[in-house]
Amino acid sequence: MSKESTETRSDVIAAITEFSWAVELKTDFVREHELRITIAPGAFIAFADFIRQRFDARPELIFAEDTRKESSGFTLRYIFELPGRDLFVIVSTPLEKGQESFPSIGARWYLASLFEREINDLFGLTPLDHPDLRRLPLHQFWPEGYRPLLKDAKTSKPFEDDGQPFPFQQVQGEGICQITVGPVHAGIIEPGHFRFSVDGETIVNLESRLYFVHKGIEKLFESMTISRGVELAERISGDSSVAHALAFSMAVERCAGVDAPRRASYLRVVFQELERLYNHIADVGAICADTGFAVANVHTMRLREDLLRLNERIVGHRLLRGVIVPGGVTAADFSNKQIADALNTVLKARDDFNEVVAMALESAMVVDRLRGTGVLTNKTARELQVCGMAARASGIDADTRRDHPYSAYSDLKFHVPVFDEGDVWCRMMVRVEEVRESANLIVQALDSLPTGDAFRHLSNPSAGSNAFGLVEGWRGPIWHWVVFGRAGALKRVKVKDPSFSNWPALNYAILNNIVPDFPLCNKSFNLSYAGNDL
Amino acid sequence: MLFEILITIFQWLIAVLGAPLLVGVIRKTKALLQGRRGPSVLQPYRNLRKLVRKQMVISEATSWIFRITPYVVIATMLLAALIVPVLSTARPVEFLGNIVLLMYLFLLGTFFLSLAGLDAGSSFGGMGSSRAMAIAALAEPTVMIAIFAIALRAGSTGLNEMIRASITDPLLMLNPGHLLAFFSFFIVALAETGRLPVDSPSTHLELTMIHEGMVLEYSGRYLALIEWASAIKLFVFLALLGNLFFPWGVAITLTPATIALAMLALTIKLGVLTVSLAVLETGLAKLRLFRVPELLGGLFMLSLLAVVSFFFLR
Repeated sequence: MSKESTETRSDVIAAITEFSWAVELKTDFVREHELRITIAPGAFIAFADFIRQRFDARPELIFAEDTRKESSGFTLRYIFELPGRDLFVIVSTPLEKGQESFPSIGARWYLASLFEREINDLFGLTPLDHPDLRRLPLHQFWPEGYRPLLKDAKTSKPFEDDGQPFPFQQVQGEGICQITVGPVHAGIIEPGHFRFSVDGETIVNLESRLYFVHKGIEKLFESMTISRGVELAERISGDSSVAHALAFSMAVERCAGVDAPRRASYLRVVFQELERLYNHIADVGAICADTGFAVANVHTMRLREDLLRLNERIVGHRLLRGVIVPGGVTAADFSNKQIADALNTVLKARDDFNEVVAMALESAMVVDRLRGTGVLTNKTARELQVCGMAARASGIDADTRRDHPYSAYSDLKFHVPVFDEGDVWCRMMVRVEEVRESANLIVQALDSLPTGDAFRHLSNPSAGSNAFGLVEGWRGPIWHWVVFGRAGALKRVKVKDPSFSNWPALNYAILNNIVPDFPLCNKSFNLSYAGNDL
Repeated sequence: MLFEILITIFQWLIAVLGAPLLVGVIRKTKALLQGRRGPSVLQPYRNLRKLVRKQMVISEATSWIFRITPYVVIATMLLAALIVPVLSTARPVEFLGNIVLLMYLFLLGTFFLSLAGLDAGSSFGGMGSSRAMAIAALAEPTVMIAIFAIALRAGSTGLNEMIRASITDPLLMLNPGHLLAFFSFFIVALAETGRLPVDSPSTHLELTMIHEGMVLEYSGRYLALIEWASAIKLFVFLALLGNLFFPWGVAITLTPATIALAMLALTIKLGVLTVSLAVLETGLAKLRLFRVPELLGGLFMLSLLAVVSFFFLR
């Protein structure tokens, strides 16, 4: 354990010991960067307020587990991130037998209120004093009282729409109109409903209703084996296959107490950056296409295709599926020829991409559309706990790869671009700079690729073992929380895609913009519906 | 007289049947400029054939306005194509070629399209209509005034007379007003025909649409009529641009030789104009909607200057 992390920990422990005079809690260090705390539901709010004041901690992941068999009641878990420290505080609050409500922290953190609505829908556990307890993941056609994530969930009631409209926020006033868009859109994109309140062309309120593709991913995970689980993880959001598979694999490896071999950790960097590369390049083109500047889009689509074909050549799958598995990576035998091919293709794509970007930014009309459009202020971004690329465009200097290094990122050099204005231009420029960094990372990782095995066999983790995996996908941090049951079967998997925390940001970024600028603003976030709806 | 009638019908056929080809050429050129192969230049004809054969889906919320609009739009454009001198200025009926009538025909089509956009009650149609009206209110006067700059010199608002006057006295065109009028007419033509930088003809984003938004509810035969009408509108604008500002080659007297020359001249003019339109569109991005009035306002000033310059530089 490094000196730095020892200091970080002792500091936090001292503070929490001091606090524990007031309430009863149990602390436990399971792994180097996790401090685990068990606390009664009644004392939780006081504790949350305490670590918020003391360490500016924010709950990044909140979820429930159906532990009625093991410990008679449900268990709620909160993972707090402590800014500036590579340490997570994982708080567990076991509910009493038969207890179906818990204290809400939704009025303190907006993101927490979303997680609590999710728990309310999926588990039937009611957050008390919640500011806005409308349905979130389950639409009206889910039968009343059916809680799909309970272990004994069943219903005899039919799945049909209750005919009640969703209670959208109403904006009233002279000349205010509502524009409804979706859930089915033109073009090949996923479904989502947007409710604009406009004054002429100016948007005064936007509310989005998602979860049209709620597929029950978390329920599907339950009772799967590890090898099936990683396949499902890859399919949570197609454009983030590598990142989701990696987050899942890291969680499983932590449960099993096994580290991936060094060669695997370098290759994981390569695959993650390849994924970031093709997504960022395509996004920059798509942003240009939405300004009507089609040339840039055509060229970035070509570059994306080059990169996808490279993926197929080196691992046999265009979206890099089936490559990352718990224990390491498959497809690890690269000939020198393949490595040279990868380096050539990536560097060529980077150089061509820079030309396309230069061409787009030379156009005053394109830049005029990008600048000042869809501003997400730093204050709003912080309050909504916006994460990842969108946060870095709003002046939040955070990147999991640097702040909580995993795989081989701590051995490699890279720069984290941060822009302050928070407009579409910034979100595009963050991508432009990250493309350069990703290409550099791939070159570094391939140049210093360690030899040896790239896969280590895992034995089944013991029942009840649990851990999280956290990686920086191209949109932002992706969380997987994994709990094992008997015989290596998954018991509970909680997934958080960055889209979950970033969708609400769009509603704020678009305010006071005009309706025709919405597609551009939306594209600059390019959030995943599938990853959000699960 | 009979020959004049025949020629008028002939040039009308060129306009209405050749219009989709123009659209095809623009798309093909843009594709080539973007590094794509692009569909054949005949694709717009194939699209029309496909649409004519398709079943129509008509919203139950619509009224007779929705059903009559495609016919009004195509009728106005067919008539407009009859008025514009494409090959020759010789006319069986002299009063036909009047610029004021032409503008009113365009407005009538736009007016009915806007009504139809509102008729189905969908939000995209309504947005398209309100934007189209805002743009039409700014663009149509500019078109009128730009042409008046030529009309003043020719001493007539008749399109045929204007061209005849320019051909017989080419010095009329040696005038800064001519250039100013050409420039503003060209850009306004882009706005009027729903092209970049004002409207994007190939977008799938409903929230940004103007012309496409109004016709979003149309399908099958009706859509074919509307698409054909927009192609004719583009042809008419480009023919006006070519023949009013560069009248060389337009047949004043009717002989087989002058007609052949006129056809050659038309092909060259339209070829140059379509390719430059495609080049321009490739290099341009779409303006932010609230910047469009600034552009159109500027062009209005240019046309006004073109008219004013006539009085100063007689």
